[in-house]
Amino acid sequence: MARSINVALIGNPNTGKTSLFNRLTGLNQKVGNYPGITVEKKEGVCKLDRGLKAHILDLPGTYSLNTSSLDESVVVETLLNKNSRDFPDVAVVVSDIENLKRNLLLFTQIKDLEIPTILVINMADRMERKAITLDIDLMEQELNTKVVLVSARKNTGIDALKEAITQYKTLSTNPCVQSSIIDPAYFDRLRAAYPNQLLYKLWLVITQDVNFGKVDRNRDFENIKKGSFAIKSEDDLKKLQHKETVVRYQFINGLLKKVHKIDAANAKDLRSKLDRILIHKIWGYLIFFMILLVIFQAIYDWSSYPMDWIDQLFASISTFIASSLPSGPLTSLLAEGIIPGLGGIVIFIPQIAFLFFFIALLEESGYMSRVVFLMDHIMKKFGLSGKSVVPLVSGTACAIPAVMATRNIEDWKERLITILVVPFTTCSARLPVYLIIIALVIPDQDVWWVFNLQGLTLMLLYLLGFGAAIFSAWVLNKVLPIQRKAFFVMEMPAYKVPMGKNVLITVVEKTKSFVLGAGKIIMAISIVLWVLASYGLGEQFTNAEQIVTQKYASQGLTESELEQKIASHELEYSFIGYIGKAIEPAVRPLGYDWKIGIAIVSSFAAREVFVGTLATIYSVENAEEETIKNRMKAEVNPILGGPLFTFASGISLLLFYAFAMQCMSTLAIVKRETNGWKWPAVQFSAMTLIAYFAALGAFQLLQ
Amino acid sequence: MKKTIAHLKRGEHAIIKSFKETDVPLKLLEMGCLPGNEVVMMQSAPFQDPIYLNINGTHLAIRRETACKIYVDPHG
Repeated sequence: MARSINVALIGNPNTGKTSLFNRLTGLNQKVGNYPGITVEKKEGVCKLDRGLKAHILDLPGTYSLNTSSLDESVVVETLLNKNSRDFPDVAVVVSDIENLKRNLLLFTQIKDLEIPTILVINMADRMERKAITLDIDLMEQELNTKVVLVSARKNTGIDALKEAITQYKTLSTNPCVQSSIIDPAYFDRLRAAYPNQLLYKLWLVITQDVNFGKVDRNRDFENIKKGSFAIKSEDDLKKLQHKETVVRYQFINGLLKKVHKIDAANAKDLRSKLDRILIHKIWGYLIFFMILLVIFQAIYDWSSYPMDWIDQLFASISTFIASSLPSGPLTSLLAEGIIPGLGGIVIFIPQIAFLFFFIALLEESGYMSRVVFLMDHIMKKFGLSGKSVVPLVSGTACAIPAVMATRNIEDWKERLITILVVPFTTCSARLPVYLIIIALVIPDQDVWWVFNLQGLTLMLLYLLGFGAAIFSAWVLNKVLPIQRKAFFVMEMPAYKVPMGKNVLITVVEKTKSFVLGAGKIIMAISIVLWVLASYGLGEQFTNAEQIVTQKYASQGLTESELEQKIASHELEYSFIGYIGKAIEPAVRPLGYDWKIGIAIVSSFAAREVFVGTLATIYSVENAEEETIKNRMKAEVNPILGGPLFTFASGISLLLFYAFAMQCMSTLAIVKRETNGWKWPAVQFSAMTLIAYFAALGAFQLLQ
Repeated sequence: MKKTIAHLKRGEHAIIKSFKETDVPLKLLEMGCLPGNEVVMMQSAPFQDPIYLNINGTHLAIRRETACKIYVDPHG
C-alpha cells in the first residue's frame, strides 16, 4: 500500500501558489468548503517517488499568521491543530522572487511552529530580467531548511520540489526567530504555566482574537484564553504583535543583505508604466468601462447561442421521450418534469463559464486589484468595495454566476451584502416579462423627438434595479450586526500574462460546483412545480377533456384549438391553479387576477416562464409574442370591469418583477454560497415584501 | 504641521518616521510599513482616495484615512 503524507501549501496572495498547486496535482484536485464556513478548500493528490503519495492542501493566501479574516484563520487553525486530519507533515511556503522580503515574514512564523518547512521561491524565471542573484546555499544554512527555486509558469524546479517533499524527514524543525525576546518576562511565565506546549503556538492562540475576534473551534486552547494569560490588554497585545513584526523584519533584512543582490540599474518596471494608464483618473475608468462592456456582451449576447442550442436539445429530448415511450405518469414525469429540470440547470453553464473565464483573466493578470482601486471610493459609501462591482454588473445578465463571483470578496460582511443585493439588478430573465408588459401598457411614441417612451421605460427599470441594489447595500451595511475589518490594505500585484491552465481549471471548477451544488435544489423544485401544475383534484381536473369537449361541441373547433382549451382548463384546476386562486385576494389590490397569480407562482422556476404560463392559461395557440399580447389586451378585469392590463396594473406588475426574488436557481446558489437556508430565506421574504408593497402602492396610486 | 503620507506628491520619496500602533493595522506593518523604511507615492485615485504606494518594495493601496496617520520624513 502506498504511504501518504499531508503537505500544506502556504503563501502570500499573488505568489503563484495556486499555479504551483495546479502543477503538482493537475486536474487531480477537489474543491469544497471547510466544514461550517464558506472558505474554499482545495485539495489534490501528487504522486512522489518510492511509492509515496502526497495529499496536498492549498491553504488560502495569507500575509502572516496574525489573522484578520476568515480565510486567514483557516490557515492558523490548520497549523495549530495537531489532531486534525489536515495537519501537515510538511509545510511548503511559497514565495515569489520579487517580494521575497515580505514573503519571508510568513515563512519565519511557520518555521517557528516547528513543522518541517520547505521554502519555495517561485517566478525564478524572472530573476534574470530583474537582475536578481541569490545565494541559495547560504540561505539554506541561515534558514535551517531546504530552499527550492521553481517557476510554476515555465514548469521548472517542480521535480526538485517533489524530491524535497519526499525527503521531508531530514528537515530541521528548529525555529529561526526567537519571538520571546519581545517580552521575556511574559513569555517566561507562559512557558512555566504550560511546559508541554510550544511557546510560539501559545502566543498565536492568545493573540489570535485580537485582530479577528471570531473563530476558535479548538477546545484545547479555551483554557489558555480564559486563564491568567489573557491579562494583557488588547492594546498591549497589539503592541507586542507590532514588536514581533519588527523583530522578524530585522532578521529578514539581515539575511537578505547577505544572500540577495539586485542590480537596480538593470531592473525594468512594467507595473508602473501600465498603472499610469490602467488606473489613470480618466483612461482608467474608460478602460474598465470597456472591459465591463465586453463581459456584459459575453454573458448577455454570446452565451445566448449555446443557450439556444441547449434549450432546443432538451426540448427535442422531451419530445422524443414523450413520443417513443408508452404514455403514462412516469413518461410525463420524465418528459415534462425531469428533462426540462435538467435543461434548466444546464442552460446556465454558458453564462457561468463566460463570466468565470473573464474573472479568471482579471484575477490572474493582476487587473482585479486595479478595479478595486478605481471603485473603492465610490463603493465604500455603500458598505461595499471595488470588488463588488464585477458581481453587481454581471448580475445584470444573470444573478447566478454573479453570486458565485462574490467568492473573490474576502470580507464576509461585504460579500454577504453583495450576495443579498445582486438579485435586484435587472437580469436577462426579466426582459421577456418587461418587454411584453411595456408593449401592452406604455404607448409607443417618441418624446422630444429622440426618446422612445417604451425604451425609456426599459432604461428606467434597469436604473431602478441597480438603484435598489445599491440602496439596500447601504441599508444592510447599517443594520447587519456583523463585525468587519475596519481597514483597507490591498496589494497591487505585478501584471502577469494569465496562464491558460489556471483559467481553464477555474472555469471547470465553477461550472462543476454550480451543477453539483445548486443543481440538486433546482431539480427538486422543478419537479415539485411540475407536479403542482400537472396534477389536480376533483372532477374538473380528471374529466377536463370531457367537460371541455362538451362545452365547445357546438363551436366546431379544430383539434389543436380544442387541445389548447383542455390544457388551459387542466391548468386552472391543477394544484397550481388552486394556489393561484387562493392568493387572488392577496394580489387583487395589486391589480391582478388569479390567472396572473398562477403565472407569478409558476415563474418561480424562472421569470421568463411568466409569458409561457399566460399563453397556456389563455389557451393561445402559438406562443408568438404578438398573439399573446393581443390576447392579454382583450383580458377583462373580473372585478372592476374594463381591460385587466391597464397602465396601473402594468406598472404594478413591472415593479413586482423588478423587486421580487422570482428565481429558485438564484436561491439555490445563495444557499450554497452562504452555507444554509437562513440568508436565502431572509432574501426571499424581504424581496417579496418589497415587491408586494411597491406594486400595491403603484396600483393604488395610479388606478 | 507634521508631514504624513497623505501629503506626499506623486513620485515623491520619503522615509516613514512614526505612527501610533493603534492607528495602523498590523497588516500594513506586515507589508513592510515600518519606521525607517522608504515610501514612494505612486498614484492616487480621484478625491485622493485610495492612495497607491510603494513601501519597502511592496506595491499597495491604502485609504486616505490611514495614510494621514503615518508620519514621514520627506528628505529621505
